[in-house]
Amino acid sequence: MSADTRSAERPAAAPGPAAKAPPGRFELAPIAGVLAREWALYRRSWKPTTFASVVEPVIMLLAFGVGLGSLVGAIGGYEYIHFLGTGIVATSVLFTSMFPGLIDTYVRRVFQHTYDGMLAAPVDVRELVTGEASWIACKAGVYGCAPLVVAIGFGLPASWAMLLVPVIAFTTGFGFALTGIWMSAAVPSIKTMDYIISGVITPLFLIAGTFFPIDTLPAWAQVVAKINPLYHCVELVRGTAFGLDPGTAAGHFAALIAFVAVVWCLAVFQMRRKLID
Amino acid sequence: MSLSGHRHPPGPAEPSDPDGPEGSLDLSVPADPAGAAAARPRAGADPGASAIALREVVKRFGAFTAVDGLNLEVPAGTVFGLLGPNGAGKSTTMKMLTAQSRADSGEITVLGHPVPRASKRARAEMGVVPQHDNLDEELTVRENLAVFTHLYRVPRARRAEAVDRALRLAHLEDRADLRADKLSGGMRRRLLIVRGLVHRPRLVLLDEPTVGLDPQVRQELWGLITALRAEGVTVLMSTHYIEEAERLADVVALMAKGRIVARGVPADLIARYAGSTVEEFPIPPGPAAAEIEERIAAAGLTTRRTGATLSVLHAGEIPDSLRDSLGAGSARAGNLEDVFVTLTGERVE
Repeated sequence: MSADTRSAERPAAAPGPAAKAPPGRFELAPIAGVLAREWALYRRSWKPTTFASVVEPVIMLLAFGVGLGSLVGAIGGYEYIHFLGTGIVATSVLFTSMFPGLIDTYVRRVFQHTYDGMLAAPVDVRELVTGEASWIACKAGVYGCAPLVVAIGFGLPASWAMLLVPVIAFTTGFGFALTGIWMSAAVPSIKTMDYIISGVITPLFLIAGTFFPIDTLPAWAQVVAKINPLYHCVELVRGTAFGLDPGTAAGHFAALIAFVAVVWCLAVFQMRRKLID
Repeated sequence: MSLSGHRHPPGPAEPSDPDGPEGSLDLSVPADPAGAAAARPRAGADPGASAIALREVVKRFGAFTAVDGLNLEVPAGTVFGLLGPNGAGKSTTMKMLTAQSRADSGEITVLGHPVPRASKRARAEMGVVPQHDNLDEELTVRENLAVFTHLYRVPRARRAEAVDRALRLAHLEDRADLRADKLSGGMRRRLLIVRGLVHRPRLVLLDEPTVGLDPQVRQELWGLITALRAEGVTVLMSTHYIEEAERLADVVALMAKGRIVARGVPADLIARYAGSTVEEFPIPPGPAAAEIEERIAAAGLTTRRTGATLSVLHAGEIPDSLRDSLGAGSARAGNLEDVFVTLTGERVE
């Protein structure tokens, strides 16, 4: 009985999202569909994923923070492990977003034909790309906080502003996931990803003020660092711990948003070229 | 358009699947007549119209023309077989119907929606079974289906029911919680097919649904396709198995080099192009065979080489004079292969 009333009301009250929307418009329903699949997969793989995403940055933090920190002492007036803890949030976000964006997306597109199946359903490439990147960004937003928690354990004073770190990590992760997706569709083969991993990811995570402040670098490298989106992430995260004036923070966040906008277009364009012929 | 998944009226006949209580699933149909009535005109599918229409469709890949001025109409409610050898353009045609391949010219309409412009609406109302198995290996049978209820926007309240129905259709109820990588080849293919049916589509595209499966498993799948027909679903199926097309399809289109070379009811095509009986004569090796072919051709009959024999089409029309010199061959029924070879000079399989 209740099933009957429900089905009687539903089509009248809420026609399907595809019916209301003009064709081709950006819709949320397909993104929810992509996320539903990710969630189902994550329920199977959350243990190794969590292990890798939490343990690796924590080991890096402990090794460099405690080991190197005893030699370095303080940087810019902050204890090295506190300086590093805030920086490693950013490298953790980079790794947990760029690698899945690059590798998982490639495997699903080329070997598993997953995306062919999804695009035969009412899902368009822009929604598929947005859904995949959002999921990766969610993970980056959560896992990115782990190094900060460890740094707090090592005496970094907690602050209310740190509650913004998941937002910063999500936004940065969204951008790097899209970068990975874009590049996964641009590389001619899985072997050529080595160029990206060594030639792009390594400089990205080193020249961003993560392990050392960028003002120790030569002038040209400082310019490069400021173009690096990860630098803006580092500055924001550090700002939540050590304080940052709102104007500067807004500038850094605007840089991240601009980065996201550019790579979203690149990722959608390149994926469409590969998936629709 | 309603995504509630009950777009077609209750099946015209009793459910053909004896152990699947399909009838119970149609209970909600009378409950939403307003929704269904409102949905149908908007979907642009007046009854009797073509489910699929292609006009002068051309698709090129560089210098290669995969689809070359294709005209094709698939009437609503039929099982339509697209038959042709590899490289005939069947898969490209299928991909153009979901806008995963874009035609260079021509017009495509699917369920009344122009494609690719309104392709998303068309995709919401049809189910697609790909040639390449792309099940999620790590997910269970049930999870694979559940993911597609989301992608096909089955309303939350109906998702569990939709998954259960698909499990029944595929006879996978007792394998529901098994991971997809633990299934046999036949089970995987059944799952792949019903995954495209979770939203009760009005149109189903099956791209080579049985390729690579052994004959026994192939027959299992035929039952599934027959069940769809009984529900009034339009099916477009590409295949290069002659027997499959003959058995399942109400109408077949023979495709070669990106065009349709013949279209019709299988029996009519056979009667017209191959004749009801075909006689096979053993042929001697060497030039003698060509001589026999010439002699038969002179009598106005068509032949084709079938291994060590020569098949004479329309064998009932062999004149007595020729019959005397040929002797008695072994008679068999004409088939679509005969039709295909006669029309194109190519073999299908």
